[in-house]
Amino acid sequence: MSDVLAVVEHRRGSLRDVSFELVTAGADLVGDTGGDLHLAVIGGDVDAFAEALSLAGVDAIHTVAEGDEFNHDVYVQAVEALSEELDPTYVLMGNTVNGLDYAPAVAERLDLPLVTDAIGLQNDGGLVVTREMYASKVESTVEVDADRAAVTVRPGEWDAAEEPGEPTVEAFSFDLDESRVRSRVTGFEEAGSGDVDITDADVLVSVGRGIEEEENIELVQELADALGATLSSSRPIVDNGWLPKDRQVGQSGKVVTPKFYIAIGISGAVQHVAGMKGAENIVAINTDPDAPIFDIADYGIVGDLFEVVPELIEQFE
Amino acid sequence: MKVLVTVKEVAEVEEDFELDGLRVADQYLDYDLNEWDEYAVEEAVQIAEESDDDVEVVAVTIGPERSEETIRMALAKGVDRAVRVWDDALDGVDLLDVGAKTRLLSAVVEEEGPDLVLTGVQANDDSFGATGVSLASAIDFEWAAVVNALDLDADGGVANVRRELEGGVEELTEVDLPAVLTIQTGINEPRYASLRGIRQAQSKEIKPLALSDLGLDAAAVESDLVLTDVYEPETESDATYFEGDAGEQAADLATVLREKGVGAQ
Repeated sequence: MSDVLAVVEHRRGSLRDVSFELVTAGADLVGDTGGDLHLAVIGGDVDAFAEALSLAGVDAIHTVAEGDEFNHDVYVQAVEALSEELDPTYVLMGNTVNGLDYAPAVAERLDLPLVTDAIGLQNDGGLVVTREMYASKVESTVEVDADRAAVTVRPGEWDAAEEPGEPTVEAFSFDLDESRVRSRVTGFEEAGSGDVDITDADVLVSVGRGIEEEENIELVQELADALGATLSSSRPIVDNGWLPKDRQVGQSGKVVTPKFYIAIGISGAVQHVAGMKGAENIVAINTDPDAPIFDIADYGIVGDLFEVVPELIEQFE
Repeated sequence: MKVLVTVKEVAEVEEDFELDGLRVADQYLDYDLNEWDEYAVEEAVQIAEESDDDVEVVAVTIGPERSEETIRMALAKGVDRAVRVWDDALDGVDLLDVGAKTRLLSAVVEEEGPDLVLTGVQANDDSFGATGVSLASAIDFEWAAVVNALDLDADGGVANVRRELEGGVEELTEVDLPAVLTIQTGINEPRYASLRGIRQAQSKEIKPLALSDLGLDAAAVESDLVLTDVYEPETESDATYFEGDAGEQAADLATVLREKGVGAQ
């Protein structure tokens, strides 16, 4: 029997999508073992969140009314207290920016082995986790050599649970040790809101690391101009300061859904794909035939962008 | 003040590679300093440069002797000295889990007594992204993960940070010191090592430490995780590929784009 405690996430009044994916992953993990799936809802409008999370497969929801927003010190203490109460076999959390801000501390305090960024979970008497290594070039399976574990699951890998259910909902209270709350969230800001809105564009020409040098950005800008498209980019281009932050597509940038997304010299790291997989048509131009961008592309050119892009510009001049 | 910055030599896999058991065969691996650590090193060096007080920057790595060449690049960029943890017990460990790394780094923290620890958000090889926060918990430091702006107020005992959340949103947070901060790429512009820096780095210390030097034994590096399989993911591409030379490829793509109303002013 495996009991699972899954910890949901919210921000600024809304549950994050990963919360519903955690329900699916958790229900899969409990499977036929006769165990229970518990959800922890910590902070914010816990009653509304609990109602939204009353889904099939969930046995019990534990609400912790403590603060409005995520605070890792509160989360760590709440999950620790809940784990002592419920004694779960597996603690599931999201492999998000906030997940990575508290899950490792939960594992450390509860002395649980931690596997992060799971893309697959199997529970046949022991836990086997599928995950990626070397920037998605290699996949691996990791066996947990312990009875219990903490796992963070990659967003977008499990379907969001939708079917309504009737879990019990209970308020959980514990003694928060204020002396261990040593960080304070003072606000939120939208990063880099310039005059270009890439989420509004029908056609995006998007440039990645393959462009090599700052002065080569001009080449893709020329293509964007020829196509009447807007220029966007993957993370390394913004990290290098070659384009402003408001041009960045991906998990930490913007999520875009244009009619055409033309990815030039972008390998297609999972964080980037999270921001553009909803595009209607995806074109990938890359020298590496194994680049993950081709997995989601509708049209592919395996070739040198410095040869292909000038030819493409000529086609539209 | 002392800043400890964790660094790791990581292997990047070439485009075409073969596996050798549970590893990528060595000839397809290029070793370099982990990308995130470049930014953590730069941030630490900038803190030292901008402070009116004496700030010592110490790098710590877990790695074999081979990694010294890479670690020396951090020394060339302004890190004062380095500590390298390695032990025969670590030879042949396929996957050193977060718990084991935490035990090793905690012992180094105890030895060094830093006021601030900077790590990269994650390492580019096994990408656990967890060691910094786990370490903070173990040594009872406060922490913040995925920091993309840092304003240190050492006298006030606070670090004002921005955390890069999903969707282009940044969280502004005050973190009490001492703290562990995991540093995101883009927080600064990592410098290139100067010739003078590279020369000076040759005489800077990289102190090797075995488990016994840290008061630990082989149990400290026992991992609860066992790597059981490593394979190339199946490619699921059902893309339409345009073949031929660059001109032909471009012409075929242009046809599709025009058909779908792109670039047809």
